[in-house]
Amino acid sequence: MSALATVLRELVGLFVDDGALALAIVAIVALAGIMATLLPGAPLVAGAALLFGCLGALLVNAARAGRR
Amino acid sequence: MTGSLALIWPAMAAAFLASLVEAVEALTIVLAVATVRGWRPAGLGAFAGLSVLAVIVTALGPLLGQVPLHLLQLVIGILLLLFGMRWLRKAILRAAGVIPLHDEATAFAAETAELREQARRSEARLDWLAALASFKAVLLEGLEVVFIVIALSAGRGMLLPASAGALAACLLVAGLGFIVHRPLARVPENTLKFAVGVMLSAFGVFWTGEGLGVDWPGADLTIVGFAVLFLAISGAAVAMLRWPRAEVLP
Repeated sequence: MSALATVLRELVGLFVDDGALALAIVAIVALAGIMATLLPGAPLVAGAALLFGCLGALLVNAARAGRR
Repeated sequence: MTGSLALIWPAMAAAFLASLVEAVEALTIVLAVATVRGWRPAGLGAFAGLSVLAVIVTALGPLLGQVPLHLLQLVIGILLLLFGMRWLRKAILRAAGVIPLHDEATAFAAETAELREQARRSEARLDWLAALASFKAVLLEGLEVVFIVIALSAGRGMLLPASAGALAACLLVAGLGFIVHRPLARVPENTLKFAVGVMLSAFGVFWTGEGLGVDWPGADLTIVGFAVLFLAISGAAVAMLRWPRAEVLP
């Protein structure tokens, strides 16, 4: 049972290392999804939010980790 | 089964480089097991891990074809973003010296020490434990390779090039490991992780956007632009994190 728990923990670990970064990514995708729904005529706005949101999240998260 | 040329080479290269990193990590554990307990448990564990992987791929492959393309792209895109940006963050912090570089020689020494400690405690169960260590390493690292190949293919008919890239890397590492019988400590792992993190993050933004209905200008070529942006931001992050440290150095 503990071996299964270890494997599951490591599987989650493939995608989530720093919880704050993972949460930020999910929030950015959700925001882009809302924008794509509200502005169906301008999907690039959602695309821009997704791209620049991810770039910003990476930069901010790395800066914070460096200060710790 | 054929994607556009703009996507084939990045997908193949990303699958090759990512699989190279994963295969080197798995090889380190398998070699540690072989060094302490011989090739029998190491080989049996690795073979069992590969067999479970084959079952997973065989079972999942046909299921993926049933999922609507936009949903598949969205889910795979989000997973790629989580996976790729996690690699990129770690590579940035390692390149900036915030966290130590991954060292295969150290990982090999730690694994052999752990196995020897287990041998001291319970000799009888050791072959089983050693095979389990080999099995777990091959299964977990292999799952990452399978995920990367599936994610890079994501409904664009690039399963063959991505699989070819991954298979070439695994065969290369297995062959080198068989010849040298030592962990491949000279592989520039952080540089590879940096490059793969950039590419997977770029693919992640592209697929997630497509899944949300975004019609990217330049179509598949946009991925190259995204990769350049992720590379520039990551390089800036490394420089920013290094800068204050340089001031305090004599």
